[in-house]
Amino acid sequence: MKVGLFIPCYINQLYPQVGKATLELLEKLNVEVVYPSGQTCCGQPMANSGYESESMGTCNNFVENFKGFDYIVTPSGSCAYHVKKHYNIIPQTEDVVNVRNNVYELCDFILNVLKIKNLDASFPYKVGIHKSCHGLRGLRLGSCSEVVGHPYSYIEELLQEVKGVEIMTLQRSDECCGFGGTFAVTEEAVSVKMGKDKIQDHLNSGVEVITATDTSCLMHLEGLVTRNKQPLKILHIAEILNSHL
Amino acid sequence: MSHPKLASIFNKDEKRVDWHDKALWFVRHKRDMSAHSVKGWEELRNLGHGIKAHMLSNLDNYLIQFEENALKNGVQVHWAANGKEHNQIVHKILKEHNAKKIVKSKSMLTEECHLNPYLEADGMEVIDTDLGERIVQLAKEPPSHIVLPAIHKDRHQVDELFQEHLGTKPCDGDPQYLTGEARKHLREKFIQADAAITGVNFAIADTGGFVVCTNEGNADMGAHLAPVHIACMGVEKIIPKQEHLGVFLRLLARSATGQPITTYSSHFKKPQPGSKMHIVIVDNGRSEQLSRPDFRASLHCIRCGACMNTCPIYRRSGGHSYDATIPGPIGSILSPGKDLTKYSSLPFASTLCGSCSDVCPVKIDIHSQLYKWRQIITKNTPQPFVKKQSMKFMGKLFAKPSQYETVGKIARWSLRNLPKSVINSKPNTWGKARDLPIGPKQSFDDWYKERENNKKSNDQ
Repeated sequence: MKVGLFIPCYINQLYPQVGKATLELLEKLNVEVVYPSGQTCCGQPMANSGYESESMGTCNNFVENFKGFDYIVTPSGSCAYHVKKHYNIIPQTEDVVNVRNNVYELCDFILNVLKIKNLDASFPYKVGIHKSCHGLRGLRLGSCSEVVGHPYSYIEELLQEVKGVEIMTLQRSDECCGFGGTFAVTEEAVSVKMGKDKIQDHLNSGVEVITATDTSCLMHLEGLVTRNKQPLKILHIAEILNSHL
Repeated sequence: MSHPKLASIFNKDEKRVDWHDKALWFVRHKRDMSAHSVKGWEELRNLGHGIKAHMLSNLDNYLIQFEENALKNGVQVHWAANGKEHNQIVHKILKEHNAKKIVKSKSMLTEECHLNPYLEADGMEVIDTDLGERIVQLAKEPPSHIVLPAIHKDRHQVDELFQEHLGTKPCDGDPQYLTGEARKHLREKFIQADAAITGVNFAIADTGGFVVCTNEGNADMGAHLAPVHIACMGVEKIIPKQEHLGVFLRLLARSATGQPITTYSSHFKKPQPGSKMHIVIVDNGRSEQLSRPDFRASLHCIRCGACMNTCPIYRRSGGHSYDATIPGPIGSILSPGKDLTKYSSLPFASTLCGSCSDVCPVKIDIHSQLYKWRQIITKNTPQPFVKKQSMKFMGKLFAKPSQYETVGKIARWSLRNLPKSVINSKPNTWGKARDLPIGPKQSFDDWYKERENNKKSNDQ
């Protein structure tokens, strides 16, 4: 099994530790991982802003970098979802179709492809899960509160196996944090308010560490936590699953 | 004004935002409990979706069938291509009956056509009889929600309004007293009415009958007391068969408020002896929307308002920030079809979180349609120069790995070395209330390359 590691642009530049944790975790699980060095971004920032047409070069570059792999794994539900859902704007060659089919969010890949649950991690903290929307309602990495059905959550299943973790229950289990890409800037007032409310929910629930499958949501929440000097730590799920504390 | 501007004004009063958010979240929560207690809820949604899709594909036939059956029942049927024709038809009927005092139950269609001011210009009195609608009517405001028209007002504001317009006593916002006074006031209006106007929730093609859902019984009070009943409906309100009502009535109230069914689901079929019944069937841009394959499913909407209650943006920006007859997520996919430029900010008033699509009882892919409108809007309406250029720049940047690496380096250096006062200065909207991460010295890319090189030299 040959796995291509996709590290989203903002993780690459601003949160390399998330990329490292992802890579180390996969290597620990004996996966043959390659990081193609020509990769940049999935194209989502332009596309969600209404400039899908400007993102075609980016999409082609993505496919060029990842076409040879059995699986493409990324620590971002949102980027994986974008490739799956919106890469219909470039011609659907065999490579494009394969890349779209084979791209996986990290937890999904570990749990459903590798079929591993216990990662031998330990992390003795009270953790609040932020269920990032594109992973949740796009990739269906868990059940959402609107839809009637059997409740499940991939990130929670993996976290439950981590020694010492106490998963805290939130008032609003899966409300959006308000990041939303350029929304965070164009709708600044609402975006900030959503983030503040989200953080308050975690604080009220006694959370010490907020985690998620997406660093983009976490960057927004971290920006608020840092500015307002709130007693919370923000970590990507890969960092927790790769911890031995 | 654009949505972000109106939303930022609404957000100046954070307590009010909190109150608005909690009030609507409470309704969404009630909806969840109600939906989750129905066995086969998701199948019901599929059915609702399927029936609506089938209806839209055969709309012409079902409309004709409905007209034939309604005529047989002794109802007069009128067709209006747009809002203006709708208003003219209603006005003409009222004139023929010499009607001066009119009571009207909730109808978003008549809001959309601006019927009230049209009739009032000819000296007619139109009283909105839904309590929430009456409140906003007294305040001279449009509804801010399609099911809860006055949700943006608290009871103290209602207290003041009633004192001013209905002569009530100050009561510190006592809901029971205020409701009692509204009831007295409205009863008087019902008794005096020369004509009643209602909306239509469902029009049944195979019987020619129609159903109006209210929680206050105000549609019935109006229609049963007045000698003339005019029901106004958009073309998409048709459902093929009577038996399909069971699907939609089960979905509607649960999605709207969490009730198992609306307090009144009133079935109208023919006029009472001695009185008249008219139905006005309105297009007003609906067939144009039907012609857009990407957006036709927006016409499935049964106006439950669930997408508004669930939308974290709607809850924190208020219905008026959309400046459209139908606010919220569903309004944001309907309105651009009517006026692309005027409503160009609405499809962007979303994080594309998808909660609207998952809560929708007739499974409209709302968030996907928002995404699609965005692509159309940037091509067809004037866009800010900076946005357009930066998107082009990013498009090129991400297509070429070497450039991306250089720009990344500069960005990280800036975040690390520039003082916060510069980073968070005015052009950086992000920095108004949020910090940016501290730029790491090494990108993941750099680290990975270094690691690979070390591996190689170790191997040698």
